[in-house]
Amino acid sequence: MRTFQAAAVVSIVVSALIVFSLIGRAVSFVTEVDLSDLAAGGWFPRRSMFGLPTILTGSVIVAGIAMLVAAPLGLGAAIYLAEYARPRVRKVIKPVLEILAGIPSVVVGVFALSWISPQIIGRLSGDAGLFNMAAAGIGVGVLVTPLVASVAEDSFRAVPMSLREASYGLGAKKRSTTTKIVFPAAISGVVASIILGISRAIGETMVVLIVAGGTGGAEFSLNPFNAGQTMTGAMAALARGSDQVRGADQAFPSLFFVGLLLFLITLSLNVVSERYVRRVRQKY
Amino acid sequence: MTTSDIVAQGLRGKKGDVKSLLFEGALLLSLFISLLFLIILLVDVVGKGIGVLLDRGGSFLSSGLSSFAERAGVGQGIFGSLVMLIFVVLLAFPIGVASAIYLEEYAKDTKFNRFIDVNIRNLAGVPSIVFGLLGVAIFVLVLAPLTGGASYIAGGLTLAVLVLPIIIITSAEALRAVPDSIREAGFGVGATRWEVVRSHVLPVAAPGIFTGTVLSISRALGETAPLLLVGAVTGFVATGDASLGEQLQGPFATLPTTIFAWASEPDSDFRALTQAAIIVLLGVILTANAIAIFLRNRYERKW
Repeated sequence: MRTFQAAAVVSIVVSALIVFSLIGRAVSFVTEVDLSDLAAGGWFPRRSMFGLPTILTGSVIVAGIAMLVAAPLGLGAAIYLAEYARPRVRKVIKPVLEILAGIPSVVVGVFALSWISPQIIGRLSGDAGLFNMAAAGIGVGVLVTPLVASVAEDSFRAVPMSLREASYGLGAKKRSTTTKIVFPAAISGVVASIILGISRAIGETMVVLIVAGGTGGAEFSLNPFNAGQTMTGAMAALARGSDQVRGADQAFPSLFFVGLLLFLITLSLNVVSERYVRRVRQKY
Repeated sequence: MTTSDIVAQGLRGKKGDVKSLLFEGALLLSLFISLLFLIILLVDVVGKGIGVLLDRGGSFLSSGLSSFAERAGVGQGIFGSLVMLIFVVLLAFPIGVASAIYLEEYAKDTKFNRFIDVNIRNLAGVPSIVFGLLGVAIFVLVLAPLTGGASYIAGGLTLAVLVLPIIIITSAEALRAVPDSIREAGFGVGATRWEVVRSHVLPVAAPGIFTGTVLSISRALGETAPLLLVGAVTGFVATGDASLGEQLQGPFATLPTTIFAWASEPDSDFRALTQAAIIVLLGVILTANAIAIFLRNRYERKW
């Protein structure tokens, strides 16, 4: 019993260590940095330009595009699997999606660079370079889709059969039963799946690092066809070879400041999504 | 019009309902596109990378990192990933399963235990790159005398910490799926709690715990960003005749960090190498996942 309890406490120690290691250096960054550098028109840490608007909008643009891909595809796939697919089809497709959800993000990043950017973005916009935020967004979307699909599918299947039968009994079609009965009954799970997707998309690093084009720093841009940088990409780009990181004055502590921001954003998204998931569980 | 006419009309209308067909078609299409992206990815990777594997075969799998494309291989990456795997199996697996046993079998519903539970859920949602920062701050800098700085040990510890919450959550789910009647039967014949857990609950929950662990390990095998922060090297790792202990405290690379390093090479010769390394990585990860998921679906019991 004591051993088991000690093991469970390890996770608390880990959380405490994360918070400590983030806060210490983040505070030293904020106290030492010239605050006007935080509003610079770009993110070039080695030139002491820590333009927060650049990486915040970068994260919003990439995560936004990712969700434009992942929300409709993931929810559509989830509704099909939960409501329409025959049991035998479902039995094959579900594990296949689950297996493919294990594709590492570095692989999707290389795919975004070698296929999504030239084949999709290149066709959409003639003057987009090979490295752009839109390709990163689609890549992250591909990565997040299975997650959205699996959380949403669980919540559709949690809707009791009796609700569907009542609807059919009133003469409703399968489509209206799905859209007017099952979907509203599962709405908290749907919301949870979307928020979880956003949280994962904001925290995703490798795809952005490989294809968004912000490795050497990035100018502020709202155009997704331009190169850009996200919070995660900014951290990883700084850290390629840790000696490089420690070489620059405030570049190293800036990592922890951005990390703390990212930690707080994803934590609040996860807390909100958890609350919605719990509502699904309690209802029936 | 009689009621039966209305019903008949309704029934007839159902068959040729264009909107319903379109709706179902759109749903099927979104499932199809989700899978299509992933299939294109696999085809693209295999098409571009299989040549290198066929040409170089064993030498590609065994040679180390190099700035010359024709001599570079994934040998060091595979070694590094194996070391990471050992760290995860030796540290995260026992601690994770023990935590899950505590939370599901022993813990009373106290504030402290609820806090542990919430904390683990939140930890599982922390982006992997933040674990990389933990790795830099604690394992690389604070524990430098122990880990040797940016080393295999620091990387392995970071990954072990990263997958710990996932192993706890999946193991706890597997334990929760064991019905209470099994535990009560054990208590009824006078077994202690530990005896019940060891010989009744754990054997039943084992397939679920196994699947969760394999999925977590393959997640760790594919992680890149935290290892870049911890300081995975992108060039050749000279090992000389260092002992294993010294090597573990030395610079490291894994399969995914190798893929990233090659993907950022401007030299176009490295593109095929990148894809070949991806085939190796995906081969390992997808096979492990497929086996784990197949076994779970096979042995999952509904009570």
